[in-house]
Amino acid sequence: MIKTRSVSAIDNGIVIDHIPAGQALKIMRLLHVVNSKQRVTLGLNLRSTSLKLKDLIKIENRTLTPQEVEHVAIFAPGATVSLIENFKVSKKINCELPKIIHDVLICPNQNCINHTQSKGYFKLEGAPNQIKLRCFYCEKQFERDQVAEIYL
Amino acid sequence: MSKVLSKKDIISIRDLSLIEVNAILNLAKKFKKSLPKKNLLDQIIAHCFFEPSTRTRLSFETATIRLGGQVIGFSGSESTSIQKGEDLQDTIKTISCYADLIIIRHPLEGSARLAAEVSEKPIINAGDGANQHPTQALADLFTLQEMQGNLEGLSIALVGDLKYGRAVHSLVQLCALFNMRLFLISPSLLALPDAICNELKHKGIRFSFHASLDEVISKIDILYMTRLQKERFAQSERQLFENQYVLTRDKLKKVKTNLNILHPLPRGHEIDKAIDETPYAVYFKQVVNAIYIRQAVLSLLLNKVRV
Repeated sequence: MIKTRSVSAIDNGIVIDHIPAGQALKIMRLLHVVNSKQRVTLGLNLRSTSLKLKDLIKIENRTLTPQEVEHVAIFAPGATVSLIENFKVSKKINCELPKIIHDVLICPNQNCINHTQSKGYFKLEGAPNQIKLRCFYCEKQFERDQVAEIYL
Repeated sequence: MSKVLSKKDIISIRDLSLIEVNAILNLAKKFKKSLPKKNLLDQIIAHCFFEPSTRTRLSFETATIRLGGQVIGFSGSESTSIQKGEDLQDTIKTISCYADLIIIRHPLEGSARLAAEVSEKPIINAGDGANQHPTQALADLFTLQEMQGNLEGLSIALVGDLKYGRAVHSLVQLCALFNMRLFLISPSLLALPDAICNELKHKGIRFSFHASLDEVISKIDILYMTRLQKERFAQSERQLFENQYVLTRDKLKKVKTNLNILHPLPRGHEIDKAIDETPYAVYFKQVVNAIYIRQAVLSLLLNKVRV
């Protein structure tokens, strides 16, 4: 059987792979590429052996800072970021969750001072497969899916 | 001079170590034994109460004035620049230019933490929404130590609104430091927040949930009653929970002789006035002890005491 690429190759830039399906648009907003002039190739709901369905983003002529890689991990903890130079992978980074999340997610507690200021500062607690987020200000603990993004 | 807690803030019991808690308790005990010299003579303490308070505000004022300190501040945000649109950070930054220490009560959770971030002067949290009220809980613990002697391993029942009661949240975390056994008695909708229960589990503290006080009354050393935090409920919800837990003399027939009944006050109908005459009631002792605890905390944070 002939294997074909679902998304075309890039010469220079980054490829963010193994994004759980449904998270790619959030990551694009987070990285501010939606309204930028950068050429972006987006794959949604692609087949994946580990995730069943995954998203994929390729951004030409772009790198990510370590903080941006951590931010990607908030939405896609198992994702990889490949740096591409002359059509070859020069470096591959596994996205790992940070210990602190600053100004990406908003505290869902409406009586929290940080919710009223549309900001968020969370500490990550618990085992890697059962991560919980504790608001630094109101001290309440939340499941990941209870906490929405500031950028959306 | 002692460096314990010097120039720090008291925002949440979660931030305090056992050593720091014991330093506060020991100093309060020392102050109660003999009135301290006026060690705050050159200090200005700002009392910023964005939310109504009688007991806590007057208790802090008494503590400050008896130590020779001066009090500035306000009660209610109506007369402040908050009404002109100023945010909390700017208000606190401004006040920190006038005062040596700031005491803040605010209806929003996390407000004291935010204040501490922008203030160059120590901050004491005197209640932030339904989150924490650390000095009340320290006063409760001081009273328990005075009445019971050793705090380690005591059994305590916490009754009523455990969801929104900020003094309860702080006290539970203090009880965990002394490995106390906790009986949590509340309607399921007003149960202790999951975040705090998870902390207790993590620390290996024994606790259980109960619907009725009768199930545990004969086993406990301490009964901590709380009022319904009416200001955090809609009228329909208030009626649902009001008068659900009312302590009357007839419920005290099978109690241990060393039982102490505490309440952070103000009380609603949850403790019958006839209980006041029993040897178990210590809630007015808590009021007295709160002054010594606050004197201890002010002296430590301002580094004005030897320990």
